[in-house]
Amino acid sequence: MSEFLAMGGYAQFLWPAYALALLALVVNVVVARRALQAARAEVARRLAMQDGAGE
Amino acid sequence: MTPQPRTSALAAASAVLQRDLVLALRRPSQLLQPLAFFVVVTLLFPLGYTPELAKLRSIAPGVLWVGALLASVLALDSLFRDDAADGTLEQFVLAGQPLAALLFAKTAAHWLLTGLPLALMAPVTGIALGVPIEAMPGILCALCIGTVTLSLIGAIGAGLTLGVRRGGVLSSLLTLPLSVPVLVFGARATELAITGGSPSGALYLLAALMVLGLTLAPLAAAAAVRIGLE
Amino acid sequence: MDWTWFHKFGSPPHVYRLAGVLTPWFAWPAVAAILAGLYGGLVLAPPDYQQGDGFRIIYVHAPSAWLSVMIYATMAAAAFVGLVWRMKVAHAVAASCAGIGAWFTAVSLVTGMLWGKPMWGTYWVWDPRLTAQLILLLLFFGYMALRAGIDDLGRADRASAVLAVVGLVNVPIIRFSVDWWNSIHQAPSVMKLGRPTMPMDMLVPLLLMLLGFTLYFAAVLMVRLRAEVLRRERNASWLKEAVL
Repeated sequence: MSEFLAMGGYAQFLWPAYALALLALVVNVVVARRALQAARAEVARRLAMQDGAGE
Repeated sequence: MTPQPRTSALAAASAVLQRDLVLALRRPSQLLQPLAFFVVVTLLFPLGYTPELAKLRSIAPGVLWVGALLASVLALDSLFRDDAADGTLEQFVLAGQPLAALLFAKTAAHWLLTGLPLALMAPVTGIALGVPIEAMPGILCALCIGTVTLSLIGAIGAGLTLGVRRGGVLSSLLTLPLSVPVLVFGARATELAITGGSPSGALYLLAALMVLGLTLAPLAAAAAVRIGLE
Repeated sequence: MDWTWFHKFGSPPHVYRLAGVLTPWFAWPAVAAILAGLYGGLVLAPPDYQQGDGFRIIYVHAPSAWLSVMIYATMAAAAFVGLVWRMKVAHAVAASCAGIGAWFTAVSLVTGMLWGKPMWGTYWVWDPRLTAQLILLLLFFGYMALRAGIDDLGRADRASAVLAVVGLVNVPIIRFSVDWWNSIHQAPSVMKLGRPTMPMDMLVPLLLMLLGFTLYFAAVLMVRLRAEVLRRERNASWLKEAVL
């Protein structure tokens, strides 16, 4: 296992590269989902206001 | 049906060109600013780096081209701004003439007033950077061709940032990456001219860029200006 | 010929629903391909005979670089469609692409630098690929800055679309000029990706990663597109059933 982690001496370059790629993958998913949730909440809020005004 | 324009597109474009030249020549101080900027930037290098001409000669192509690029970007800020503010550009859009032709005339006037003087000034600043006299024709040629493309790219950037507050910085942010090929080929031609090689290969590539720019950039600039004026 | 399928893409409710349906179909295969590619790349593939285990960085570097270029092309194609056919949804696609593209361009740059340190002995070398990626990053930034600089959404859409299309024409020229520039100045050897003799146990994980990253982009794009469509449809009646 530690041999795998050492990556033949390239660990200090290899793992940061993989970590950054992972970060990019995760951040983009989180950002996209948050944007969708926010947009949905905004629409729901507006619809509620319209309904309130219509009655 | 749109009414048939009485004047041809060519006549309209040359009228725009004349108008811009006359207007600019009445305010010569504005004309000199980019030129002075170019000279100052290039002359800062001997002070900031080294007064040794041999060393300066090796970085001269980069210095000349980066200086020309920055001066051109700086000057392009004013390309459409006054005409957009006083409604002239809207008249262009409504004139029933091809907008691309009119904007091309404006860009041509702009090049005659900034690009060409920059190119003509380069041999003078070149001497200060230790460039040999024999290299001057090549450098002049490269800068003449290259600044045409820079003006054309800059017209797109200026058009895109028409409606933007503090558009000048943004427009340079947009145009500088697009200008990389001009910089690469132009600096290479200059370097070859200085070291005594034949710059024709790099000049052909510069000219190819210019032709591409001449055909496509006015169309893009026209689209940009239409959007910017909405 | 029946063009209804195409015109349906102009309809926000249809796109919103379709994107929602497609998201898991892109997302789960993407997860599977990336996990398989990681296992193959980190465990199964043998060390490179020259670069040792350091070559394994390409399993994240190459897919990011590929994605950055592909996203720019997607963005510009969508922008073009939006300009020519005045399709609002196409502008929404282009707007969703920019942020993702900038991220992966940055990842490809930094992973390239991390690969460069042990191979070249320095983090930054003016290698044509790295240089071209750097300029691509600036193009993405310019696009996003222009979008942010214009308040009116319709104008921001079309102005940034013109920029994207101009940039797309320019990207191959920039690549060519940078390659040309590099061939003259002879920087150190470039990262060898297209080596024709790459053995299968190295190549298959790479292909899996490329596939996985592409599907991942498609999935994230679908989610962002839905958010963008909702944001743009101010007062449409279909919103009620979409949200509730």
